[in-house]
Amino acid sequence: MTAPLLTIEGVRKTFASGLEALAGVDLAVNTGEFVSILGASGCGKSTLLRLVAGLAEPSSGDVRWSGERRGGIGFVFQEPTLMPWADVFSNVYLPLRLAGRPRAESAARVTEALEQVGLADFESSYPRELSGGMRMRASIARALVTQPEILLLDEPFAALDEQTRFKLNEDLLRVWRARRLTVLFVTHSVFESVFLSTRVVVMTARPGRIAADLPIDFTGERDAVLRTTGEFGAACGAVSQRLASVSEAA
Amino acid sequence: MKRPKETEPGNGRGLRMLAPLVFGVLVLALWEWTVRAYDVPTYVAPGPLLVLKTLWTDGPSLLGSLWVTLRIALTALAAAIIIAVALAVVMSQSRWVEASLLPYAIVLQVTPIVAIAPLIIIWVKDVFLSLLVCAWIVCFFPILSNTTLGLNSADRGLVDLFRLYGASRWQMLLFLRLPTALPYFLAGLKISGGLALIGAVVAEFVAGSGGTQTGLAYRILEAGYRLQIPRMFAALVLLSVTGIAIYFLLDRLAFRLLRHWHESALPKER
Repeated sequence: MTAPLLTIEGVRKTFASGLEALAGVDLAVNTGEFVSILGASGCGKSTLLRLVAGLAEPSSGDVRWSGERRGGIGFVFQEPTLMPWADVFSNVYLPLRLAGRPRAESAARVTEALEQVGLADFESSYPRELSGGMRMRASIARALVTQPEILLLDEPFAALDEQTRFKLNEDLLRVWRARRLTVLFVTHSVFESVFLSTRVVVMTARPGRIAADLPIDFTGERDAVLRTTGEFGAACGAVSQRLASVSEAA
Repeated sequence: MKRPKETEPGNGRGLRMLAPLVFGVLVLALWEWTVRAYDVPTYVAPGPLLVLKTLWTDGPSLLGSLWVTLRIALTALAAAIIIAVALAVVMSQSRWVEASLLPYAIVLQVTPIVAIAPLIIIWVKDVFLSLLVCAWIVCFFPILSNTTLGLNSADRGLVDLFRLYGASRWQMLLFLRLPTALPYFLAGLKISGGLALIGAVVAEFVAGSGGTQTGLAYRILEAGYRLQIPRMFAALVLLSVTGIAIYFLLDRLAFRLLRHWHESALPKER
């Protein structure tokens, strides 16, 4: 067996304010997995994602990569985080621009990323002209444009209505399959985590710790129909129970 | 809220243009009537018609003076833009520089220009330059303080994003901080545009006969001494029209630059 793509070992994070966000997290993510980190608000799951992305340093412990990290990460924030003064094309082009790639040379990759999230016709629209769901699609296209190995998503769909959210969930799965990505997905929604993931990692309340690591497997396809099956319901029930027992213990 | 509903948007806009116009004409008519009815001497208050007539006869000579004043104001504004933006950028790059410089910028701002203008006029030999310095002092602070605020207002999420992709300081400034600061800068510029003109006029007033003796402010002083009050009024009208024109131009500029994205330039209807 090959080494995991990402290894998190004994990671603790205490902020300067004295707030303890993470109290010893161990987690290994293999190439091609779709791992959801599930937990209540404020359990430190966003902090964990920031540590993985290198946006913050752990107080102790290690975040290790088997491959090359730089350029290998795509990050999708809770908000679309688009530059309001730039059109969709320029927003998606940004990571390549920061890497010093000329605009003309990057056009094909930007277009490809936009096509993959269904925004091909909106290259020259400004963020304010887009709906919430479309802004999030642009944000995902931007994360994909560097062709990363791993995609980190921090509750990206929390602010969207349910219909849009379901649609984006399905599209995200499609991209995951098409690009053979590894995904680390933070959410507080049981349904979302079960629908998307091959593994659901349940975190305790603050200070965060991993309480359960549950593999999710379905016999059928992961599509809109799956949500109506008893199999899906049972899996959600099982994960819910674990989450509830964790909150009680805290 | 009881407001009459307008049938068309165009209708409401026409009304908004018309209303102040009608009001203005009414006030002027009342003024003209008062001057005539009470036989007010022209050296106390000339009627609007007389002012208009004086504007026609003295206009050409006054326009020459206006150009002198305007040149000072516009040069001061240009200098203010360059120096204030450069300073704001430098301050945004280092807290130490900001902490060291900002207090002195504020000192410059709160010192009444009338009080220090005589000193500047004595120190700076060249008259044009001394007036320029005075006008510059008056108009540079709004640009500096607004641009500084703008440069420090970058969205935290975007800052994270730029860091994630390894953006250099320079890229961060060019692609994130400067665009963020643009609306703030333009708001400061709108204030400074009017202030530059005021600064130029105040400086000319203080300089008085020691000044260039050709600016519009000097014409106003001169007309005052000679009790040519209609001419004084005509010069005042020219001055305020110029101020309004500057504001209007800068307002248009701001709209043009921001119309695609900034809240301030978006249509109010949803």
